[in-house]
Amino acid sequence: MKLPPFEYASPGTLQEATALLAKHNGEARPIAGGQSLLPLMAYRLAAPSLLIDLAKIEGLNRIEIGEDGVQVGAMTRWCQIEAEETLTHAHPLMREAVRNIAHYQIRNRGTIGGSLAHADPAAEMPALAITCDAEIYVTGARGSRVVAAKNFVVAPLETSLKPDELITSIRFPRWQPHRRWAFLEFSKRRGDFALGGVALHFEEDAQGHATAVHVGVFGTGETPGRLAAVEDFVTGKKVDAALAHAAGRMARANVQAASDMHASEEYRKALIGTLLERALIEAATRRTEEWKSCKSA
Amino acid sequence: MQIRMRLNQEQVELDVQPRVTLADCLRHQLGKTGTHLACEHGVCGACTVIVNGQAVRSCLMLAVQAADAEVTTVEGLAADDAPFSPLQAAFRKHNALQCGFCTSGMLTTAHALLTAEPDADRDRIRSVIAGNLCRCTGYVSIVDAIYEAGEAYRVGERS
Repeated sequence: MKLPPFEYASPGTLQEATALLAKHNGEARPIAGGQSLLPLMAYRLAAPSLLIDLAKIEGLNRIEIGEDGVQVGAMTRWCQIEAEETLTHAHPLMREAVRNIAHYQIRNRGTIGGSLAHADPAAEMPALAITCDAEIYVTGARGSRVVAAKNFVVAPLETSLKPDELITSIRFPRWQPHRRWAFLEFSKRRGDFALGGVALHFEEDAQGHATAVHVGVFGTGETPGRLAAVEDFVTGKKVDAALAHAAGRMARANVQAASDMHASEEYRKALIGTLLERALIEAATRRTEEWKSCKSA
Repeated sequence: MQIRMRLNQEQVELDVQPRVTLADCLRHQLGKTGTHLACEHGVCGACTVIVNGQAVRSCLMLAVQAADAEVTTVEGLAADDAPFSPLQAAFRKHNALQCGFCTSGMLTTAHALLTAEPDADRDRIRSVIAGNLCRCTGYVSIVDAIYEAGEAYRVGERS
């Protein structure tokens, strides 16, 4: 379990970093927190010739909360998001998702950009980005662009990033004040990779019916994704126990799942059904002021 | 690469290959074998050390990434004139170890936690050390020890 040999660079600017990436034409990898890349290298599943450490580049680890949403710098570490009290109102779903990520020590190093670029099917952040219609801000040697989250992850551990490109930040659309939300995942031990998970949010109209329903699932198949059939089913209805149960059954029938050494396809489908049912009930019954700081949780 | 770091309050300078993890660097180049290595891919928590005040897995960090950082290993927890820190004394009192392999990672994790959050309750302690595998004790005595040691960190905060 020793890493294969590589060169190491720690540039001070984005321009230097993208120039290095372009020069090495796919043989170099950026390293952010390293919490996924280093295990991959230890297993020899990745063997870049050059690691480009982004730690010295300034301005990549800010959390900016504005009128049009929350912009999170790519080098923002999970522990920063956990400690950012203003997110309790500005994006409670993001904080809840981050609470579920790995372990204490890993949250001290791991970054939001690194998790997105790694694109593990069981990771929380790509699923959250897709559920919330986030946008990924990317820069490369030939310029910058913005990629919709749903077009970003293309396969397990594969994104639409080009070899010379880096993530600089992620923008989550503005959080609505009375939005209902939940994030639930299941793993055999806390902090392990989830066998399945659900992220969702919706609004309620004057009659208490659900609108703007977003339902994302992860950990079951090749990439995280939305459950459009369930979103359509819930839209326009009042979310109660019976509706949540029916939606759970629908999720179980519609979700794409695969068998592996950790769980069978049938198990994962049933798990998603149960998690979705619970998540809808949790979302529908939670009062905004009941949300507490995640620091003590 | 030539790097410098402050290790357990002492300035050290060394030449290290980029591929060497902080864990291997500490053990093999700097002789700090109190840092234990088991899984070497970030699952077990045995190799936890404190970098700039934060508990991190030293198998998931390159030594070159610790350049100019302040690093504390289990060897650096007790004061020079004392055999144990209050946290280590609490582990001894509560028999919070059997084989001892996970202990240095438990101690460094708990030290970082209590330094930042001296009022951490049992639930918080449990959730934090969920990232440290112990295959002997069943965690109850470890949680007891960490919880009791919190008092020493609260006293430290007041003085």
